[in-house]
Amino acid sequence: MCGAPSQGQGLEGVDLSTETVIQGEVTRDGSPVPAAYVRLLDASGEFTAEVQSSAQGHFRFFAAPGSWTLRVLSAGGRGEHSLVANRGLNEAQLQLDG
Amino acid sequence: MTSKRADVLVDVDWAQEHLEDPNVVFVEVDEDVSAYDGGHIAGAVKLDWKSELQDPVIRDFVSKEDFEALLSTKGISNDDTVVLYGGNNNWFAAYAYWYFKVYGHSDVRLLDGGRKKWELDGLPLSTDAVSRPAATYTAQEPDTSIRAFRDEALAAIDTLNLVDVRSPDEFSGKLLAPAHLPQEQSQRGGHIPSAVNVPWSKAANDDGTFKSDDELRALYADAGVDDGRDTIAYCRIGERSSHTWFVLRELLGHENVKNYDGSWTEYGSLVGVPIAKGA
Repeated sequence: MCGAPSQGQGLEGVDLSTETVIQGEVTRDGSPVPAAYVRLLDASGEFTAEVQSSAQGHFRFFAAPGSWTLRVLSAGGRGEHSLVANRGLNEAQLQLDG
Repeated sequence: MTSKRADVLVDVDWAQEHLEDPNVVFVEVDEDVSAYDGGHIAGAVKLDWKSELQDPVIRDFVSKEDFEALLSTKGISNDDTVVLYGGNNNWFAAYAYWYFKVYGHSDVRLLDGGRKKWELDGLPLSTDAVSRPAATYTAQEPDTSIRAFRDEALAAIDTLNLVDVRSPDEFSGKLLAPAHLPQEQSQRGGHIPSAVNVPWSKAANDDGTFKSDDELRALYADAGVDDGRDTIAYCRIGERSSHTWFVLRELLGHENVKNYDGSWTEYGSLVGVPIAKGA
């Protein structure tokens, strides 16, 4: 239960009636970016969690309903995306620039 | 106050210069135990925080004898300089650092920024298998002056500095686990009464390196952590609070700092203890 779950898009075993899942893909020029550091910030901008994107550029968080910001950092650039999440599945795409 | 930084922390330049040093052993410890296999610092050995550092049945450390056998098998000697690093901004490397100190290893250091800094700097990772000749390791009796247990955490309410290093939403009770993990948890939400919330992340830069001593001193002073009082740090299972324990005791030199590795998973499951909710 304590190990980092693998980052992927499959929802087997995830209870969407209770969890607020925020997941998506990191891309640059339309191609997936693996091993990017994706950070979840709360409504006040405070760090809440961080994961590394999978080989397919996928990431996932288990949050709570409310406002969140995703910030991505990698050797290939940065990106940011804000969203309001609801219980269930919330999808977000992160595009790197710079 | 002189910084202890040079004795306990190495940067990536130092690490690259000491990759071939026979007296230095690099050890990778990750939350994601598969990370090492995808590429590690050349010559580094892997330590699995879960299967190798936790008793397989009860919730506790492995015994002194098992720790001695583990390090001997890994080829680590008592007089080696052990440099720990890992993913997740060194959470589990800091946990291993604290663990090595509990068992009395004399020269253990953290690689500042861990895997993240190494990767962001574009430094090479190796997939070559690493084997070191077996050593004969002798551990000390556990040093409980740096490890807090549940009764001490309870007794610390309104008495000692209690530092809850989880994210604000975990502190308030909105989340029950860090948000990269499912939130289905058995313990109650909230924090130990009188604890201050200083998220571990405030001690680190975006690249995972520690902030400067001046920034760190100001951070804890502003939060009301009185360096004249003893301190207990906790999080959910004791790994993020190891990061803060490292900052307070090893970088800033606070004298009596304990890590409560039972942490919220234990405290939030105790029957009848007081819990505070909200910010």
